[in-house]
Amino acid sequence: MIALLLRDLRLATRAGGGFGLGLVFFLIVVVLVPFGVGPETAILSKIASGILWVAALLAALLSLDRIFALDFEDGALTLIATAPIPLEAMGLAKATAHWLTTGLPLTIAAPILGVLLQLPNSGYSIVALTLLLGTPALSMIGTFGAALTVGIRRGGLLLSLLVLPLYIPTLIFGAEAARRGTAGLDATTPLLMLAGITAGCIALLPFATAAVLRINLR
Amino acid sequence: MSLWEYANPKKFMGWTGPILPWAFGAAGLCLVVGLFWGFFLTPDDFRQGSTVKIIYLHVPAALMAINAWMMMLVASLIWLVRRHHVSALAAKAAAPVGITMTLIALMTGAIWGQPMWGTYWAWDPRLTSFLILFLFYLGYMALWAAIDDPDTAADLTSVLCMVGSVFALLSRYAVNFWNQGLHQGASLSLDKEENVSDVFFFPLLVCIAGFVLLFFALVLLRTRTEIRARRVRALQLSEVR
Repeated sequence: MIALLLRDLRLATRAGGGFGLGLVFFLIVVVLVPFGVGPETAILSKIASGILWVAALLAALLSLDRIFALDFEDGALTLIATAPIPLEAMGLAKATAHWLTTGLPLTIAAPILGVLLQLPNSGYSIVALTLLLGTPALSMIGTFGAALTVGIRRGGLLLSLLVLPLYIPTLIFGAEAARRGTAGLDATTPLLMLAGITAGCIALLPFATAAVLRINLR
Repeated sequence: MSLWEYANPKKFMGWTGPILPWAFGAAGLCLVVGLFWGFFLTPDDFRQGSTVKIIYLHVPAALMAINAWMMMLVASLIWLVRRHHVSALAAKAAAPVGITMTLIALMTGAIWGQPMWGTYWAWDPRLTSFLILFLFYLGYMALWAAIDDPDTAADLTSVLCMVGSVFALLSRYAVNFWNQGLHQGASLSLDKEENVSDVFFFPLLVCIAGFVLLFFALVLLRTRTEIRARRVRALQLSEVR
């Protein structure tokens, strides 16, 4: 399982792995927003935490179809499936690799990009904290979606249609916690709910992922 | 003889064929009686005027939008556990009907909301969760359409339906937390003192019965079509060989 994780990390960080692409996409979305809504500081600082969350979600979505598709095409996925680790653990390792290459960099980059969006000083730590708690859920849900569409040619668009509705609860609680924290209110309840969603996803979705992988590899 | 024998495609075609016209007839009768009674024979509400009469479409459609998803969930579970093909096809057949019901509920709500709330749309928890349900239906149908092999498609959509149900439920309570409601609370509960007045309630019941029957009939019809389409496909494949 650790070998698989290291392999995925190595593949992602080497040339053509698209490791930096998610981050660059995140940066571009954040840069585009002020062009869309206007440069007024008051408006930007009000929506900054929400923009960071939506942009992080889209950036995480961007690299989802890489999780299984390349391995499926060259046959590596079948080999991995016959390896002496359960398919559930394999799904978890894949999701962890995805999180380490997208979720974690996004979490680190978000406060820096917050400067561009006039994020209030109170918001930096809470935005980073909510992303740290929420992005594992995004990676796990995305891994399930990627496993669901792995057998479909050009399934990228379908993948986003399937995964984005599943992201809604995570986004609601994550963005709500970030908004409340930025405004100086108590954010404990949404933070706990967000952590609960992440924990539930990590506990249950590997089984669903393994189930759909088995169907797709039949 | 067990109940499951009716799930045999041949038996299924046999018993649904004669029932179908009756189901459509009963649905039509209920809808004509209920809508006529509701639209023309009930008084106007003292504050909302005649706009209140949209509940005869709005409430049954919203009810069936949720129930259709529940039916798909049950059918998916039956497919995963007992692998009856008719069950998977029934789930597939119910999705377009369910999404239409969702759309009717959203549209009639918007039409009523303009004069009453002063806006077509508000990010109210109920409205938002219906929009999310609409997205779930879209994803489910798109997945069915994207996969060639019927058994794989049935398996994958069943798993998606189960996972989607959990997340749809989660979203429903999440949006409750996210924003305060503008939509009225439940007024048809059996266990509450204060419900909608009987004058409006009885025609509404007839309309609900009409929508249930209509859903039943449409799903039967669509399932029969799916079975026939599958037979045609099998015949064509055997001819090629």
